[in-house]
Amino acid sequence: MSRLGDSPIWQSFRRKPAGLIGLAIVIVILLAAILADWIAPYPTHAGPIGDFAAISAPPSAQYWFGTDAIGRDLLTRILFAYRLSLELAAVVLAIATPVGVVIGLLAGYLGPVPSWLLMRLTDVFLSIPPLVLAMSIMGFLEPSAIHGMMAVTAMWWPWYARLTYNLTRAERQEGYVLAAETVGAGLPHILFREILPNCMPSIFTKMIIDVGFVILIASSLSFLGLGAQAPTPDLGSMVADGAKYMPDGWWLTVFPALAILLVVMGFNLLGDALREAVDARR
Amino acid sequence: MPPLLKTLLHRLIASLVVLAGVSMLMFAIARLIPGDPARIALGPNATEEQVRILRHDRHLDQPVPEQYWFYVTELAHGNLGNSLYSNRPVAVDIAQYLPATLELVLTSGLLMVAIGIPVGILSARYRGKIGDHASRLLALAGVSTPAFVWGVILQLVFAYMLHLFPIEGRLSTAITPPPLVTGFVTIDAILSGNVVALVDAWHHLVLPALALAAAGIGQSARLTRNSMVETYQKPFIEMARAYGFRESRIASRYAFRPALVPVLTILGLDLAALLGNAFLVEAVFGWPGLSRYGVEVILHKDLDAIVGVVLIISTAFLLANIAVDIAVAIVNPRIRLAGGR
Repeated sequence: MSRLGDSPIWQSFRRKPAGLIGLAIVIVILLAAILADWIAPYPTHAGPIGDFAAISAPPSAQYWFGTDAIGRDLLTRILFAYRLSLELAAVVLAIATPVGVVIGLLAGYLGPVPSWLLMRLTDVFLSIPPLVLAMSIMGFLEPSAIHGMMAVTAMWWPWYARLTYNLTRAERQEGYVLAAETVGAGLPHILFREILPNCMPSIFTKMIIDVGFVILIASSLSFLGLGAQAPTPDLGSMVADGAKYMPDGWWLTVFPALAILLVVMGFNLLGDALREAVDARR
Repeated sequence: MPPLLKTLLHRLIASLVVLAGVSMLMFAIARLIPGDPARIALGPNATEEQVRILRHDRHLDQPVPEQYWFYVTELAHGNLGNSLYSNRPVAVDIAQYLPATLELVLTSGLLMVAIGIPVGILSARYRGKIGDHASRLLALAGVSTPAFVWGVILQLVFAYMLHLFPIEGRLSTAITPPPLVTGFVTIDAILSGNVVALVDAWHHLVLPALALAAAGIGQSARLTRNSMVETYQKPFIEMARAYGFRESRIASRYAFRPALVPVLTILGLDLAALLGNAFLVEAVFGWPGLSRYGVEVILHKDLDAIVGVVLIISTAFLLANIAVDIAVAIVNPRIRLAGGR
């Protein structure tokens, strides 16, 4: 802890109120998602069955965010939906980042032909609007949370390929890379032991911001009915379902919508402040 | 060759390469996914015979390289295949739904520029003041909120609660649509001199266009601001100040133009987001564009139609980016005169 406290990045980060607010939001949401089983007021409402005595109840002291058309507590469902969203984002980034980073490293370090091929491949993926690409992949799969995850992963790696490519291009002329080449270091050593560590801060801060944006895209897919299916609690499909009860059942739409806004904004603020702190150190 | 033309040609060729890549990618996705595309398209109730006929019609019983060849030659003839969902050629379906989507996307793009850039300029001039902080907060909210959330919130407040705008659709049912010329209701109304339809169409367009533009307005405002702040620190601004030019003249004539280049470049990329997010906004406002068709064909596993929709959207995106490149070249004398990179 003392090492973290002394690090220049933390010293710079702690002076940014926006970043600290983001950090607070992220910690609260992470805790809420992990502890959902214990802190949710009606844990059984995460499934298909609600309380038929309390159908479509507006927000009250008993149900803070109200209940839905079959009497399920909305707050409970949002907490469990956070858990699903965060799991999804973690899986997507855990797969998309290494793939993109390896392609970016290779394209940035190797000669012009492999570099041209790899970056044109990246361009092809980037020339289809992200949501449309994910949707078209869903077109060949049955809608479900897992398939949604696969579709988002397939569209996410090119961003890391492009970022890592640009970073690698900047690093490959640095003295330490030339030194490693001179002593005859192999390709994997140069890419992963020399260049990659210097790209890590930028990649890592992008990952933090992207947690929010993966959740945003995934909720967009499920809003269109192409993601998690009922009765799984999911932020996007909750907004879509709630829209059917507008304007009288406004809470069914407004609270899940605000929940998406909060999580995306939290990771955005945190990631931005981290990036500024990392850049300031350089 | 004039430098501008050279830039244009260069971009056009690069875009065609990427588009060929997109067609290959879509072909690969459609063939790599496990299962028989014909069986998936016809559903579990179709007979073996029906599946076999469809497989033969679509050349699915041929080796993969020949399948790709058929697919490419059909594409080259502008034939996108037939939709199993609507029983019509995909090109006809797309021609029917695309104008509504383009009208929405282009209006949002205009809003992004018309609102985002002035807000950014004002934020840069009053840097660190309350208005600057407010615009920063709004920009953050804009980027952090999915388009469909903006849609439902705007709809709830301005349509359901305040009754200021219609809830959904493109034109009131009481109004006779103007004769079809461009497919853009607003332009068709102007062409036929139908003021009532024009006002009604604009009335319907406001909320969806705002919902779609919200993220881009915030982003372009922030970009303009940061770019202007950077330009203000350049020596030529100091020089203009030393000459005693008025602040408004410095802002509009000297600081704005160089600051516009990075903003325009990012706007081109933002169009991808607009085209994708149009699907969400159309779903919220019952907008009769490509979205409903796109989602339906996806749910019906309509292969040709899915590929067609993706190809058309990618083409629109690439064309828009070329347009943005030309705009950048016109604004930036270094590119305009020197001829690209």
